[in-house]
Parts: sequence; structure tokens; C-alpha cells
Amino acid sequence: MSADTDVEVLRRQGRIVVVGASLAGLRAAETLREKGFTGSLTMIGDELYEPYDRPPLSKQALLGRARPEDTALPRRRDIDAEWRLGVAAADLDRDAKQVRLVNGDTVPYDRLLITTGTRARPWFHPEEAALDGVFVLRTRDDSARLYRKLTGGVRRVLVIGAGFTGSEVASACREHGLEVTVAERGPAPLVGALGGVIGAVADRLQRKHGVDLRCGVSVTALEGGDVGRLRRAHLSDGSVIDVEVAVVSLGAMRNTEWLAGSGVAAGPRGIACDAGCRVFDVNGIVTDDIYAAGDVARSPHPLFDYQFLALEHWGNAVEQAEIAAHNMICAGPDRRPHLWLPMFWSSQFGVNIKSVGVPSLGGQLVVAQGTLAEERFVAVYGYRGRVIAAVSFDGAKWLGFYEQQIASGAPFPPEYRSVDRRSETLQPIESAFPDPHLPTHGPTITLTGHSPSERRVTFVPSHA
Amino acid sequence: MTSGTISAQITDYAHRADPYPLYAELRKQPVRREDDGTYLVSTYYEVRSLANDPRLSNDTSNRPPGYARPGQPAEETGLPPSFIFTDPPVHDRLRGTINRPFGPPHSPRFLDGLRGELAKVVTELLDAFEGKDQVDVVEDFAYPLPVTAICRVLGVPREDEPRFHVWADVLASSLDPRSGDDDGPEKAQRARQELGAYLSDLIETKRRHPGPGMLSALAPDMTPADLEATAVLLLVAGHETTVNAITNTTLTLLRHPDVLERFQKDPDLAVPIIEEVLRYEPPVQFVPWTTALADIDVAGTTIPKGSPVWLMLAAANRDPRRFEDPDRFDPDRKDNEHLGFYTGIHYCFGAPLARIELHLAVPELFRRVKFSRLIEDPPPYRANAVLRGPRQLPVAIEGLTA
Repeated sequence: MSADTDVEVLRRQGRIVVVGASLAGLRAAETLREKGFTGSLTMIGDELYEPYDRPPLSKQALLGRARPEDTALPRRRDIDAEWRLGVAAADLDRDAKQVRLVNGDTVPYDRLLITTGTRARPWFHPEEAALDGVFVLRTRDDSARLYRKLTGGVRRVLVIGAGFTGSEVASACREHGLEVTVAERGPAPLVGALGGVIGAVADRLQRKHGVDLRCGVSVTALEGGDVGRLRRAHLSDGSVIDVEVAVVSLGAMRNTEWLAGSGVAAGPRGIACDAGCRVFDVNGIVTDDIYAAGDVARSPHPLFDYQFLALEHWGNAVEQAEIAAHNMICAGPDRRPHLWLPMFWSSQFGVNIKSVGVPSLGGQLVVAQGTLAEERFVAVYGYRGRVIAAVSFDGAKWLGFYEQQIASGAPFPPEYRSVDRRSETLQPIESAFPDPHLPTHGPTITLTGHSPSERRVTFVPSHA
Repeated sequence: MTSGTISAQITDYAHRADPYPLYAELRKQPVRREDDGTYLVSTYYEVRSLANDPRLSNDTSNRPPGYARPGQPAEETGLPPSFIFTDPPVHDRLRGTINRPFGPPHSPRFLDGLRGELAKVVTELLDAFEGKDQVDVVEDFAYPLPVTAICRVLGVPREDEPRFHVWADVLASSLDPRSGDDDGPEKAQRARQELGAYLSDLIETKRRHPGPGMLSALAPDMTPADLEATAVLLLVAGHETTVNAITNTTLTLLRHPDVLERFQKDPDLAVPIIEEVLRYEPPVQFVPWTTALADIDVAGTTIPKGSPVWLMLAAANRDPRRFEDPDRFDPDRKDNEHLGFYTGIHYCFGAPLARIELHLAVPELFRRVKFSRLIEDPPPYRANAVLRGPRQLPVAIEGLTA
């Protein structure tokens, strides 16, 4: 039997198991059915809910404009799946080709898709983390609990960490009229994702909206009262703040522990897979029956020196899931690479922030349109003489253009005239990332085509 | 056909009823240079990418001397350019201010609140069909509704319509890049001045006695000149565009009886039908007033800095590389991301209002009126090549239901 016949049999009567019933898992399942997969489909999820949308949980849901229970993801089509919800996967047996669940059940597969995503990094001290008033924000339940707390008569909130989630929580608190202190270990909010120059804008924005922002400090201890309720927080600069709520926003951890011992290349940085979403084993050999997509997947991207990138982005989850689903039921030559350009957005303090590309690779930036002072601009990041990323504050409509610039390896700094380019911004400045982490060499590569299905890689000989 | 003649043919009235073969010809070369240095861009992805390109300017003062022709008459009216002819940051400031009383997040219910009154207008207009065996869809239906709507939106007295109708018509014609009327620019300038003066008085009154509508809401936030220019733009844009959209939808449905029959059984089809008409017969056919601020490479051609650029929306909407079987009117079309309202930062400001009007007007028209036939097909078209639509749409009708 040829490999192609196998694919036909698989499409008709194979067993596909998806571990992780969130955005990526759902979109993969829908794509499988759309592409004619008629075999059995099992969706395994550790939460009790069918797939729901997370971006509103730190924004509209915290403002009471959307109820967390109303964020269920719309269905593109019926997926005719067997749902195993509220039960996590415990381990993976690659020899027997089955997933074992925490309740002892085993689920056999012909093809496995791993979309287990991430969870919120908990507060490092378990007893303090258990205090009433200490929150993380990742799930629908987290959001509902935090909303009830914020609207239940508290006065001061401490947000630990000024990344995107932390900043959005702080913004929501201010809209509720609550006093909010933000403690950030770095020199400015958003500095890890966008660098110090844009971080300074975020810094100003927060202070302008009445946030008590404290940078360059960390929270050393959370202290509870007699009834196990949070009362105050101790900071590394020796200061003490009385707070009733602390929201721990220290980033995410990838849900890969259940794969320990399975022999797949999974660890704290994600599950390594090739550009076609096929998972590597620990020897760097690609598996042909295990795929990964979404926040938990780490795959090489040609525009970024083939670095293995794990992207915690909504759009990435969707596109990677679609590519993974396509490749799972395709013969080799029909498989497609996942070459999505990283893109994410945030909404805080009345400003829409959007980013495309990988800003943290960009050692320099120019403000291509608008000005930092007006908090309305597009900043373009450069890497080895080409455009590598762009970030907009209230200018998202332009980012499609810069996406094209990144994909086509356009030169940096951009020298053309454009609308709203102010003279003060013509010189590139250091983007001021705390740890630039610049790789040393790499070809210039462009992506071609209008849609992911057409996207291919073209090497451009370097003339520089 | 030589390369220099195609824009002249597009503007030539002889092609008004069916410009689509010309657009197909145009798409053979996605970016086409005319003899006078104007560039015509006609394919979907190229139009979309240029419309979102910060190197393309809507401010016609960026054109080299001698190119001022389309878009806007020379400014001696004492008015600043309206925001459609400005770039950021001026554009963003004006549009942002104007959006506050118009839509979300500050005024989420403003447009929705107009529905009741506009539905009443639709009913009254259709009631007047009673006893007739022939109507002109333009004069008797498609025109009065948008005019009432824009009057309500701005807070302009509806009974002044006969006065500003004439000015609005002249200004709409001035968008036409080659109208063939030598006095055109002068007339347009005069019309803008007169309409401006009319609105300026009105705005002054609103400042003293605020009432409902955007003019009153904006009066405290804008300079008199900016508000006047904005009011002129919105009043004109509220005139010809939605009229054409309603008329084009009616005409298209009458030409596709199979779709019409389905629609009469299933009113929910209104949404895809209206979107498909916006693709298939867009009321704004092309945008001839943009200018390249730098050399721009598009589809293998370099548009040199300073060149006037026409973005051919109607041609892009029928690009076979983007839409399957694009010359077919197909309300079942999936993925209908048309350019009927343009795209990018100059995306039609009035689109939400236009959709409300279309969704009130079209289903009710076909629910109540029993049409027998088009009396003239094609109907007589307006002279305008940019804001293309029938001047009249006479149809025979057989009756009216309540």
C-alpha cells in the first residue's frame, strides 16, 4: 500500500484526536471536516467549557461589557466530534499510539494534534498565591471571579507585571475608578515586547490615566490577614502597599508537562515542530503522526532566521491550526508551511495597540508616521538593514502595509515619503530592549503570495 | 486600443451603462500608465494594497502643477479641504472629531435611533405608489430617503432641500475627472461657496440654539471653517451615493428574476444581496484623486513620485483572481470582501448609515411593490463616471400591498 493510499484511508476512516479544546483545537477540527475528513474526531479539554474566546477576558469582560460565559467561539461548521471535557490528558504513549487521560481512560489515535496552549504563571509562593484576593487571569472563570471582585467594593488593586495582560487589567481598574498600583520589574511597561522607547510611551499613558506605576521593582511578598485575605504587599524597594486585590500577570507557562517521557521534543519553551506543524522527537527526528498548533507549538520561521518561535497570538492559533489540520490529512507534496507573520493587538487606556513582525529582534526603530508624543504613531523596527516589525498606537489600519514591507524584506530605515511622516522622526534610534538577543547572520528571505495557502519562501541574494 | 485612451473611454458617457468590458480590458495590465502620466490601478490586491499604502496621498496639493484637475476645484472658496481630501494627521483629527457624535464608542445608538423615522419615510414613499402603474424608482423612492437621512443626521432642515440639491449636484459632478464641461471647476467652486455660505448660517444658528444632529454636536469642538467644509462633504456624499446604491440594487434585482423570487420568499437574503450589489455595481466606481508621494512599486510597475493615481474600485471588485466568476451576480457568494466602500483610513465614513438605509429600503420595496417590468433597460445614466448610477429608473408596477 502506497503512502498516498494510506492518506485516503485516513481521510475516510482514520481516528484523529485533538488534545486542547480551545481556539486552535476548534479551528483545526473545523478545518479537518471542511477538507473532507470523515473519520472519528475526539476533542479533549481540561476545562468544562466548549471552546471560548480569550481576548475579551482581560478587556470587555472586566468592564462588564461582555459576560465571560458569552465568549463561546462561534462555530464555522458542525464538527461532529466526541467531546471529552473537564478531563486533562495525563500522558502520551507513542508506541501504542494512545493518549491516556487523568481519569485513566485511553484514547487511541492515528493522528494526534496537540493544542494544549498555556496557563497563567502562578505566584511563586503557593501559600501567598492561595490568599483570598490573589488572582491570575487566563480562563473564563478567572475573569468572572476577578470581575466580581473588582465590582464588589474594593479600593486598591495591585497588578504584578506590566506586560499586555497586566496593563489591560490596570486599564480596566482605572475605568472602574479603582486605585491601582502596577509593579513592574523592567524599566517600563510592555518593555519586553516592544522595547524601552515604546515602553516610555506606555509609561506616560499609564501615569496620565492615574496609575501608580512603579518600575524597576518587584513584589517580594504578599501578606494576608487573619481570615486568609490579602492585606498588603511588600516591594523590593522596601515600600509596603495596602491592597485588597493582587492580579499576578507574569506571563504564561506552556502546558507540556503531560508529554514528559513521551519522547517528543516538548519542554517549558513549547513543543518543537517543523514549519508544517509536525512535532519533532527528542532526537530531532520529525514524527509523521503528531502535530502541534497554537500557543504551545514552536516552529521555525524563515523571516526570523529560522528561529523556533512560539507565539501566544490569537491569529497565529487560527492559522497554525488550519495548516496543521490540512497537513494531517495530506500526502507529503501537498503539505503547506505555516509562515504566518506574528501579529497581536491590545486595547488599554483608550488606545489600540497593534504589532506585526517580531519587534524584539529589532535593535533600532524609526517613527514612520505620527509622533510618540501624541500617542498616535507607527514605529518600524529594523534588523540588519531590513524591516522586521512595526507597532502602532491608534494606527492599526496601516499595519497591513508594514506587514508587506516585512514579508518582502524591505530596507530599513524606510526612506520614502509617506503621509504623516514628521521630520523629527527620520533618524533611527535604539529601540532599547533590555536584552537585544541579536543573531549574527542570516539570509534575506521574502514570503510570496496573497494567502497562507499560496505562501512560499523566496531567498533574495544579499547585495549588502 | 492604444494605452492613452482608456481613461477617456471610461469617462466617456457612451460607456456609462456598461463600463465593465472596459474594466476587464484595464485589468489585463494591473497598473497602467496613461499618456498624461496618470496611473490606473484596476486589480483587487493592487488596489487594496495601494489604498492602505502610506505613500499614497489624498491631498491633491501634492500633485505637480498642471495635475490639479480631478478631485477638487482650485481653492478660492475660503474653505479648507474636506477631510476626504486630507492626509493624516489632519485627516485623523477631523475624522476622529466627526466620528464622536456619529458612532461608537461615543455615540453607539445615534444611527440606530434614526431607524424608526427612516422606516416611516420608506412607508410614506411607498404609500404614494398607490394607484400608479408606473414609477421612477430614483425620483419617487431612492432619492428622497437618503436626503431625509442626511438632513436628519446633520440637523439640516429637510424643506431647504430644493436649495442645496442644485449645489450638491454640481459638486458631485465635479468629482468626475473629465466631465467635458469647461466651466466645471468654476461652477463647482461657486456651488461650494454657496453651499458653504448656506451651511455657515445654519451652523451659526446651531451654535446659538443647539438642536438634534451632528452640526449642533460638533459646533463646540470644531472651527467654523472645518465644520463648514465637513458639512459640505457629508451633505454631498449623502446625496448621490446611497441613491445610486438603492437604485442599482433595484435594477440588479429586476434583471435577475430568479434571485428576486428567492428574496421575496426569504427576506433574510437582503444582507448578502446588498453586499453583492456593492461588489457588482458599486456606487463609487473609482477614486481618481490620489497621488503618489514616493516611487511605489506595484505589480512590476513603478509609479513615480508625484503621479496621479486612479484606484479602480469597480474593476477590482470584478477581478477574477479574487472573486470566482466575478461577472455573475451571486448573493450566495462566500467571502465577499468587496471594495464598494473603499478600504483603509478613507473607508467610507457613511457606510454604516448607507447600510441602514439600504436594509430599510430594499426589502420593503420588494415586499410591497409588485413589479411587472423595467420600462427602459439600460435606463438613462447620470453623466458622472465616478458616482455612477441611473438618472431615472422607470418601471411598470402592478400593485401595492399594505
